Amino acid sequence: MKKIEAIVQPSRFDAVKSALQEVGVEGMTVSEVRGHGRQKGHTEVYRGSEYTVDLLPKIKVEMVVPDARAASAVQAILRAAKTGKIGDGKIFVTTVDEAIRIRNEDRGETAL
Amino acid sequence: MQRTVSRLMLGLILVCTLSAPAGFAQAPPASGAAPDAQARIATLEQQVSDARNAGDNAWMLVCAALVLMMTGPGLALFYGGLVRKKNVLATMMQSFILMAVVTVLWAFFGYSLVFHEGNRLIGGFGYLFLHGVGAAPDPDYAGTIPQQTFMVYQLMFAIITPALITGAFAERMKFKAMLLFMVLWSIFVYDPMAHMVWGKGGLLNASLGGAIPTLDFAGGTVVHVTSGVSALVCALYLGKRLGFPKEPIPPHSVVLSVIGACLLWVGWFGFNAGSALAAGSLATSAFVATHFGAAAAALGWSAAEWFNNGKASVLGAISGAVAGLVAITPAAGFVGPMSALAIGAIAGVVCYLMVTRVKSKFGYDDSLDAFGVHGAGGSLGAILTGVFAAQAINPIFKNSQGAATAVGLVDGHPGQVLNQLVGVAIAWVLAVVGTLVILKVVDWTVGLRVTEEQEVQGLDLSQHGEEGYNLEV
Repeated sequence: MKKIEAIVQPSRFDAVKSALQEVGVEGMTVSEVRGHGRQKGHTEVYRGSEYTVDLLPKIKVEMVVPDARAASAVQAILRAAKTGKIGDGKIFVTTVDEAIRIRNEDRGETAL
Repeated sequence: MQRTVSRLMLGLILVCTLSAPAGFAQAPPASGAAPDAQARIATLEQQVSDARNAGDNAWMLVCAALVLMMTGPGLALFYGGLVRKKNVLATMMQSFILMAVVTVLWAFFGYSLVFHEGNRLIGGFGYLFLHGVGAAPDPDYAGTIPQQTFMVYQLMFAIITPALITGAFAERMKFKAMLLFMVLWSIFVYDPMAHMVWGKGGLLNASLGGAIPTLDFAGGTVVHVTSGVSALVCALYLGKRLGFPKEPIPPHSVVLSVIGACLLWVGWFGFNAGSALAAGSLATSAFVATHFGAAAAALGWSAAEWFNNGKASVLGAISGAVAGLVAITPAAGFVGPMSALAIGAIAGVVCYLMVTRVKSKFGYDDSLDAFGVHGAGGSLGAILTGVFAAQAINPIFKNSQGAATAVGLVDGHPGQVLNQLVGVAIAWVLAVVGTLVILKVVDWTVGLRVTEEQEVQGLDLSQHGEEGYNLEV
């Protein structure tokens, strides 16, 4: 099982969600986060002086998928989230040791 | 030392409460006149007079409510939105608690010190515990409304004036210190200034024969200059917030500030138009001037910012409106509508420069721009009142034959500008000296500033044990 963590632009999130559903990914956890990579922030003005806001809003999507589906899920995210500009985000893939469904204590890929 | 002071204050409050005499009810008027023509005419005259008084009284009571609304929630929201989330409650509390504290001071002796006869600088104690302040009007102040209405209307001014100062020391003053500071400031700065400008025999009273008649219709000097200049003194004395000016400290909710500013704008009709103390055409004139001043200033500030930064911010627009309202305050009942637009436009631009250029040049941390808007705007408005005041609007000066004479520069009386300058200067001196002394006293007894840890933690938690928003699990 693989955990896929994708940090994407908030404006691309709806497209990412649809794309994932199309390839059969059924569960995900979404959070609103702030962060930056090499992208500079934006400037805001307060009382006439400009200052830089470094931490930009992003959406983090986390999902655990069977090994067989990992590649297509990553592809789906890439297609939906890419704009070609700095700030598009990143995807991380890690291996998961165990998955358990709390309701009936299913384990392994059947729990996904 | 601190505990002794606390116990002394508590003891004083208890003594005052226990010794204040009970209020008395007003006896109903005698009824049953003989039904002949003279008696009926007399009754009719009384009823007409009562109807006229009813109109004035209704208006003034509404105005008193409007001015109170300016403090709570107007100023509470305006200032609350401008601070960081961790200080929102403490900031709102500073305005709110004054609604209670100043009321008690006013009731016990504040009203007396301002509006009872005394000397040129301060009133007397004849109205202690509001003795003699009842349904009968005081014709020197307002002949058609109960003196009690006048008293409660003026109370709302006494409340909002110290509340304005809180903007300067936001996010770093101890609650206990603020309370003590405000009690002393209200007694030793506000009461003398208000007496000088509005009280019988006051040095600067333009309508009751003061030696240096300063035109101040609704409190440009009494309210805005004193509080604004005191704010500057406080900001300098307390020092900058941690992280200022390197770290930006943006408002946590300009949304709250917009709502607050709009409540201030609407409430200001009570502040300015109500200062006509009657529901007549002067109130209308002041109402219109107030509104026009706010509008022009919002545009002036926004234009200056747009020109300077390429964008007009919402915070700038609402600050501009407030600056205009401040500047028109002394002028409201003396100037015409076009002059009001001019005063507003000038104030918008000048106050914009004050809070951006001047503040950053001198580096003081007037956190919510109490000095930049109220101190500077009030001084500017008071001086411009001397320029634009016209006898056609309000014939306040009369010669020995009772004929109206020139008022401001536009009337051909440029000397009035000088009088205005003197009034403003006196306000500055009183504010600076009074505030410095009071700050020293409070610092010595209670200590002014919170610790670094408390400042980082936030005043809501450290001073009040509360959090403003409990939105998450």
